[in-house]
Amino acid sequence: MELLTDVVFLSRLQFALTIFFHFLFVPLSIGLGLFVALTQTRAYKTKDPKDEADAWFWVRIFTLTFTVGVATGITMEFSFGSNWANYSRFVGDIFGSPLAAEGLFAFFLESTFLGILLFGRKKVSPKFYTVSSWLVWAGSLLSALWILIANSWMQTPTGYEVVTTAAGTKAQITDFFAAVANPETVPTYFHTVIALIIFGAFIAMGIASYYHLKGRNEQFVDKMMRWGCLVALIATVGMMPVAHMQAKVVALEQPSKLAAMEGQYETEPVPMYLMGMVDTENQEVIGVGIPGLTSWLINGDPTEEFSGLNDIEADNPGTTPSSGAVSMTFTSYHLMIIMMGLICIGLLIALLLSFGKRLKRARWPWKLMTILWIAPFLAIQTGWVTAEVGRQPWIVFGELKTVDGVSTSVPASDVTVTIVLFTIIYLIILIAWIRFFSRFVKEGPEHYFETKAGMAAAEVSVAEGSNEVAQVSSLDTPIPADSAKDDAGGAAAGPAVGYEATPAADTTETAGLAVGSEATALADEPAPAASPGAAIAADSHNEKGGE
Amino acid sequence: MTLAILWFIIVMLLIAVYYVLDGFDLGAAILSPFIAKTEGEKAALHKSIGPVWDGNEVWLLTAGGALFAALPPAYATSFSGFYLAIMLVLFGLIIRAVSTEFRAHDAKWRGFWDALFFIGSLVPALLFGVALGNCLQGIPLAANGDYTGSFIGLLGIFPLLCGLLGLSTIITQGASWLAAKIEVGTQMQARAAHARSIMQVVTLVLVCVTTLVFFAAVGTPLGEGASMVAIVLGVVILVIGIIGGFIAGRKGTDLKAFFASSAVCVALIILFAGSVFPDIIISTGPGPSIDIATAASSDLSLTVMTVIACIGVPLVCVYHFIVYRTFRGRIAVEE
Repeated sequence: MELLTDVVFLSRLQFALTIFFHFLFVPLSIGLGLFVALTQTRAYKTKDPKDEADAWFWVRIFTLTFTVGVATGITMEFSFGSNWANYSRFVGDIFGSPLAAEGLFAFFLESTFLGILLFGRKKVSPKFYTVSSWLVWAGSLLSALWILIANSWMQTPTGYEVVTTAAGTKAQITDFFAAVANPETVPTYFHTVIALIIFGAFIAMGIASYYHLKGRNEQFVDKMMRWGCLVALIATVGMMPVAHMQAKVVALEQPSKLAAMEGQYETEPVPMYLMGMVDTENQEVIGVGIPGLTSWLINGDPTEEFSGLNDIEADNPGTTPSSGAVSMTFTSYHLMIIMMGLICIGLLIALLLSFGKRLKRARWPWKLMTILWIAPFLAIQTGWVTAEVGRQPWIVFGELKTVDGVSTSVPASDVTVTIVLFTIIYLIILIAWIRFFSRFVKEGPEHYFETKAGMAAAEVSVAEGSNEVAQVSSLDTPIPADSAKDDAGGAAAGPAVGYEATPAADTTETAGLAVGSEATALADEPAPAASPGAAIAADSHNEKGGE
Repeated sequence: MTLAILWFIIVMLLIAVYYVLDGFDLGAAILSPFIAKTEGEKAALHKSIGPVWDGNEVWLLTAGGALFAALPPAYATSFSGFYLAIMLVLFGLIIRAVSTEFRAHDAKWRGFWDALFFIGSLVPALLFGVALGNCLQGIPLAANGDYTGSFIGLLGIFPLLCGLLGLSTIITQGASWLAAKIEVGTQMQARAAHARSIMQVVTLVLVCVTTLVFFAAVGTPLGEGASMVAIVLGVVILVIGIIGGFIAGRKGTDLKAFFASSAVCVALIILFAGSVFPDIIISTGPGPSIDIATAASSDLSLTVMTVIACIGVPLVCVYHFIVYRTFRGRIAVEE
């Protein structure tokens, strides 16, 4: 109960809760943004309705996620002033400008071209639409840059001096470029963005694997597995030097964080634990590790000694993380490493599935791929817990403690109320998002052919191929109530068809077979198809059969 | 003119642009239950603001970021001092943002999302004015700048009137936008135009009452120098906006009516800026007011920000031009 009156604890809890929730959606947006742009570019080049359907599918998932990210992001900017007023007074001279720059350089870019992605498919040229998809992604990368510059400055502050003016004591900027390019900025930025891209690739491969297990849309499965694999491979290779750089910066600039990451209380060479836990009572780590490995990674010398928590504390009392924070930092850091191991295993499986032949026939690797996105997801979250909890007790490392940054004018009861409200509102949003996300995945890219735009595209394409089957049938296909946003307009009158309408969306595991046979039937005699989508899907299966 | 004053003006300008732009989509949302009756009309309403609301809201984030960067104590004091009010604004903005996206996918719960969309727009539209009214009337501040009053203490007569005035102008913005964006000859467009003419009268009445209460309750004498100029300018624009709105409304020149109601919003922010200057949040004691010169960030920080703004603002204008041009023209209401 004591905690409920502790405004520092409550404010930290609220920040943790809201940033965690926000960061459920941001990685997905940035990770999938790349796939939106890639599939849209492909669709632009081939003009193939099947490629258009894939792009449409990603745009649909992306915009749903992005909106939640935008909405929950407002919280973060507000909360510096509302819950961390003394922090804001201290850092405003430096920390505020990246936030303003984020708005000007990133948010406007994202929001403008997101509007075009959502509503402009028919209003702008396909070329401009494709460019827009890249610009939205660029905007999200820029946004990440500015906010990570701000965060990095809190980790390794540079380019400032502490002055006392009439308005109080504050950090005042002395060198803008030094502050922006502080030691953490570059490694943190690439470490984070690359991790998000890996996550996006695993989501793409996960959805593809799900379709494979359902026997649906092999064209999409092949394409996404290959693209996902390549993106994840490049990103994972890129991750190695970046993660190494990040660890080095932590070792040099934030010795107390490094000590907490390996649970090191005494000054000695630093091992690397593979797994374990910190016994904070006895100040030792129970676990398996390789002695001297961390020291060797940092300096190339396994005997190099780094300061332990006890010595850091003895030199400057009150500057090391609490025992709870040490445990948390250690655990989350090692979870992240384990997850990286899982990512590498997943990547190997994915490579064999996409480019090999043997493994493809088994079901278990596909099943594994449908859940392996959890590895990069957890790695991202635990990585940030390591970075933020490991920084404690500082809010600005070495300059301002977290306890001194809180808003002193906000009573604990107010924060309790808002924590409850945040929880309720965010739960509603989360439930709704999960519902829509799973429906979109179930409906799949095939659903595109039940939207007005999709029907038109299919008709053009089919007509070009002088196949009249689909054209005729499209006339009596009802338009679903909530297909594309473009069509949300007045189309609500039509009954919701749902994904059941497409044969490929059958949830039974024999769906693949069913579609295959139907495709054969269609090819043999021109019977009316259920929808142009079915014709296209059948078309693709037919091609497959002919191979 | 010092950099500090330049940035005070820029922050006020950002707030004014936010007021004008997000004002119309907030206002349209508040009007949605009254103007958009059928699903086709609701869809038309969402289509009229769908591509732009997000960009409009970024002006608030930019204004917040600029206030944080240029006048950190003002940002810290107002956001922590108005804590519960700020959180209500935030919750409103969150639920309206997600509900406009979610409603399109959720036929079954559409009524629920529509309700959130309405409430989520109404609450911020009302509270923005209350917050500015408090900054102007003065709030009790401690020596370190902390607000020492309670949430209820923020609900005085003058701030509440400012809230109502803000709400009224925002609804006018929304009605003017819809009247200018929805196909002429539809019932919905006629309803929007009708709402606009009612709200213009309401705004006029509230302007008069708020001014009277301002002199009675706050009683600040007109400032001197720069603030005198701002106040005169604000009054002139306000009068032009109000009269212009009536004339354009009567003639049915919808775009002009929209610009007139936008002018009213800008005028009110100019009047606010002129009245608080050279402070930004007025204190009723025991601590000092937060004044621009003391609160401002260092010259280096402000110079950097000026460079950022010089690069960023033209880009933003290009983006706005693109999006408003792409989605220009009136929107048909489907049955």
